[in-house]
Amino acid sequence: MSLNRTVAVVLRQFYLMRGSPARVLPLFVWIAVDMVLWGFITRYLNTVAWSGFDFVPALLGAVLLWDFFIRVMQGVTMTFFEDVWTRNFLNIFATPLSIAEYLSGLVLSSIVTSLIGLAVMFFLASAAFGLSFTIYGLMLIPFFLVLFLFGIAFGIFGSAIVLRFGPASEWIIWPIPGLLSPFAGVFYPISTLPQWMRVFSYLLPPSYVFEGVRATISGGSVSGGAMLWGGLLAIFYLLIACRFYAGTHKYAVRTGLFARYSAETLS
Amino acid sequence: MDVLSVTDLRKEFSDLTAVDGVSFQVARNEIVGLLGPNGAGKTTTINMILGVLEPTSGAVRINGLDIARHRSSALLRTNFAAVYAPLPGNLTVRQNLRVFGLLYGVQRLSERMDELLTQFDLVKFRDIKCGVLSSGEQTRVGLAKAMLNRPGLLLLDEPTASLDPATAHDIRARIREFAAKGTGGVLWTSHNMYEVEEVCDRVLFLSRGKILLEGDPKTLPGEHGKKTLEELFISAAREPLAFEER
Repeated sequence: MSLNRTVAVVLRQFYLMRGSPARVLPLFVWIAVDMVLWGFITRYLNTVAWSGFDFVPALLGAVLLWDFFIRVMQGVTMTFFEDVWTRNFLNIFATPLSIAEYLSGLVLSSIVTSLIGLAVMFFLASAAFGLSFTIYGLMLIPFFLVLFLFGIAFGIFGSAIVLRFGPASEWIIWPIPGLLSPFAGVFYPISTLPQWMRVFSYLLPPSYVFEGVRATISGGSVSGGAMLWGGLLAIFYLLIACRFYAGTHKYAVRTGLFARYSAETLS
Repeated sequence: MDVLSVTDLRKEFSDLTAVDGVSFQVARNEIVGLLGPNGAGKTTTINMILGVLEPTSGAVRINGLDIARHRSSALLRTNFAAVYAPLPGNLTVRQNLRVFGLLYGVQRLSERMDELLTQFDLVKFRDIKCGVLSSGEQTRVGLAKAMLNRPGLLLLDEPTASLDPATAHDIRARIREFAAKGTGGVLWTSHNMYEVEEVCDRVLFLSRGKILLEGDPKTLPGEHGKKTLEELFISAAREPLAFEER
């Protein structure tokens, strides 16, 4: 592993962002909109609910965590897509850059961009809507960690899909978080779901995070075993995603996909 | 030692044999021209040498290193420029050179970049995005990138295709100088036979994935009863079987 080569992947992304507000704004604009929208929804719910239940940490906090997952995933895929859009595969993969170095570069870029988004969300949620993160206590660390690992896993998986099926398959990648959210129990307990949906929920690491969030704010305790299982699942998916990407990359080298990538249809 | 050794290289796609048992070497300080009509297998061969396409069989050794087993080490001192692989247009010339300099592990990168910007007359474009440069300027940026790591093996796929005659002449002179003074060898594809005759020490003529002819571009036409290399090219492209039988 060469650190310089991994840094080169990150530096390319930094140059692109520095020179393009169109790339910087999406890092925080949509999540800021989400914070404002859900901030007002939770504020409204607090006024109409009789139970005295505080919706701010339950819903706004959940949206913040879910948006963090999306940012992490998109941080990986966006860096990868830059090579797709500029048809740069031949140039970069004819260098000594290894698969591990390339993926590390995608992950490092994602860490930087998702932290920017997280900082904006933290600021808006606490300053504008009084969301206090102390309510989650130290459990906030495993919550973020599980979502981070799962976001990286799906980012790498999405990149492999686009590499295998060509630029047009990008449309499959963007809606992935939306497809997962009903199963992940972002806004409601998993017990609300019908049995067949719960089966999928138990396989998704974020569902353990959001169950943990609800348990924490309702004064109960988070199951350490459940969180550990969620973490192990996230690591498992990450390993599978890396393996899938490596397999797809090797397939691309075997079939000449890199050389022919400028073509729209690749099969 | 040869900077490039290709042994019995073969690439089959589902219903097509693009490269069919090709073997050749490029020695240090040598410029070898890889010629052939469109679809002859030149780019497929170059892609296999660069490690972006896996051969069905055969071996590629760069400076003695097998690309299949020592990919990163072999590519550390290899580089290429091709008209179909422009550098990202959304980065400036300097940004592109820095990113690729890091990828190739170039020592004293800023110094090397300045040298190349001057050498390829790119100083005034250094902070311009590559995408807005003319095709000739982009070609020069690609060549500057290709020289970044002082490659032991330089692969050039039609490097002067979009250059005006004067710029093409300068570029040819620089590449000849690179081969003569440095420690590297060059594999060069071109459809410009005048250029090939001027630059290459040896040519390989590829047709239907096989090497049909090999020799000195200045004497090869005469050996086959032709006046010029272009005439020989046209004959070999139109009637490859006549040459295969010889």
